Amino acid sequence: MGAVQAWTLVFVVITFSLYIYIAYASKVKDTAGFYVAGGGIPAPANGAAIAADWMSAASFISMAGIIAFSSNGYAGSVYLMGWTGGYVLLALLLAPYLRKFGKFTVPEFVGDRFSETARIIAVISAIVVSFVYVAGQMAGVGLVFQRFLGVNQTLGVVIGMAIVFAYAVFGGMKGITWTQVTQYSVLIVAYLIPAVAISQKLTGIPIPQIGFGQIMGELNALQTEFGLDAYTGAFTQMNMLNMFLMTATLMFGTAGLPHVIVRFYTARSVRAARFSALWALFFISLLYLTAPAIGAFSKFNVLNQIPGTGVDDVPDWFASWRDVGLITVDDLNGNGIIDVVGGLGEGTELAINNDIVVLAAPEIAALPAPIIGLVAAGGLAAALSTASGLLLVISSAVANDVYYKRINPQATEARQLMVGRFAMGGAILVAGYLGINPPGFVAQVVALAFGLGAASFFPTLFLGIFWKKCTAKGAAAGMAAGLLITFAYMIWTIPIYGGSEGIFGIAATSFGFVGMLINFAVTIVVSQFTEKPTEVMQQLVEEVRYPGRSELVAAHATGALDEELLHGEHHDHDPDARHP
Amino acid sequence: MDMQQRQAYWRRNLRLMAVLLTIWALVSFGAGILFVEPLNNVDFMGVPLGFWFAQQGSILTFLILIAVYVWRMDKLDAEFGITEYEEEVHH
Repeated sequence: MGAVQAWTLVFVVITFSLYIYIAYASKVKDTAGFYVAGGGIPAPANGAAIAADWMSAASFISMAGIIAFSSNGYAGSVYLMGWTGGYVLLALLLAPYLRKFGKFTVPEFVGDRFSETARIIAVISAIVVSFVYVAGQMAGVGLVFQRFLGVNQTLGVVIGMAIVFAYAVFGGMKGITWTQVTQYSVLIVAYLIPAVAISQKLTGIPIPQIGFGQIMGELNALQTEFGLDAYTGAFTQMNMLNMFLMTATLMFGTAGLPHVIVRFYTARSVRAARFSALWALFFISLLYLTAPAIGAFSKFNVLNQIPGTGVDDVPDWFASWRDVGLITVDDLNGNGIIDVVGGLGEGTELAINNDIVVLAAPEIAALPAPIIGLVAAGGLAAALSTASGLLLVISSAVANDVYYKRINPQATEARQLMVGRFAMGGAILVAGYLGINPPGFVAQVVALAFGLGAASFFPTLFLGIFWKKCTAKGAAAGMAAGLLITFAYMIWTIPIYGGSEGIFGIAATSFGFVGMLINFAVTIVVSQFTEKPTEVMQQLVEEVRYPGRSELVAAHATGALDEELLHGEHHDHDPDARHP
Repeated sequence: MDMQQRQAYWRRNLRLMAVLLTIWALVSFGAGILFVEPLNNVDFMGVPLGFWFAQQGSILTFLILIAVYVWRMDKLDAEFGITEYEEEVHH
């Protein structure tokens, strides 16, 4: 066992033991604890948990690589702006009001504000989006185990499943939240230490965000030398329309993803929900401001070290990633030297997978073994924390919104909790299966999940809060139209299915914003012609706008409000079923 | 709060949101995308300014926007005498 493997093992064992200890210390006994940690998490901790929930294997492992390699610099900004800008929308438009409403899940808000039809659409949408997302996390866990500990990918995924099972099934949201706070600490330390070390080594400045300005001129020159577009050049990979639409899609998608929104229900109060959003973006920005620097440094190092090197004469890090197939060298002209002319990637002599840029950065910069081991543990923390948040959304959608609300409203607290735990266990098994046998289109579908989130949830939540006269039929029609049209456009345009050029050359990943506008339009138009919400409902929506105690909101949150008053007599919910 | 106070509170909230979201759009979609090319002619800490906004400046601005929102809303709440935060219920 080499030094890197030994250190990785040390860090993985320490962090995993910590996660299990926290799970044990935060067992829950009721559904409020299981779904929203009793609504009692202080804002900084909630912010750190949101950050860990949010920053997935994609943020930690892949993003710097996507920016520097596959997007060639500037075009990667869509992820940076999109995945942070959404928090402004969340903080200002959704979080305080949803917290005030005081429920467990996103489908629950949709169902209570609108109708059972709308609830079902929201449940399906939440489950699909979450499963798509979680498959990528499990695959990330497998990747780290495979490369750093030399175990096979299947075993890696199974170990990851067992850990998540331990703290998610027993600790529910409470266990998940405190584990995520720990996981955030692990992942941010693991991300920043190598970034600072590399910046210091390359530029003599230990602040990566400043250091990367020092190498940018040289990086642009190297890019030109090897036939790539300038790193800082605008619209070389993606045109302005697609940059604009994709950024907007990721922003509104962020504000519509159920696993993020649900975190604001765990805050203590409306004020704490506002502060949670601030802390969350602060913690997230530590990584997001550093990622573009790591990407640029790694590309600079690669372009400096590799071109002109003999195929059998490569550095160790290069060889070990080549062995697991994430770097491919194809000596096209047979001269025994890696030539980079006319770019990188498929069809050239050198292709580097986006997923290795962060994991390999410390090795590329020849940092010591403990740092490399720490980065591996950080990658695992990022993947596991996001996976557990998503699994909670799935289990709460099944147990709370389907089982309790639709199938057995008489269920006791203990029974609901048991169903929640079984749903969680089942979801972990499915997620593990998807991680071991990832469908080929996972990477593509994850990007599409944001489009679906933007097109379905954002307008419904926004209008549900800000427009008292938004009707149940309007919201259901808008959600269905947004989802279906976006989904159809994606099938029509993504290369593996339709492969069409689409309309105005709008890419599948950029279409979510258009779908969102369609949802808005349909909801508003249909709401004009359908039955208005009841007086009580309009009053309730109005009350949610003001902080401080409201009898009406409190009565609704505890389920003491009469269904008929709330939704009118035509509502398709059995009024007696609600209060066991 | 009586009806009139509530309306005043909500109007102030909406005005704050409008100002902050305008800045939000200007730095990201404006400086980072629509006007990136002219801004790129300006050098900022070794990086073209438009590129800097797209990869650093916009994120820093988002953080400041939420901080201002939290701060102003706290002030607004205090002005309207809202103190009973911890009483909000769940289910």
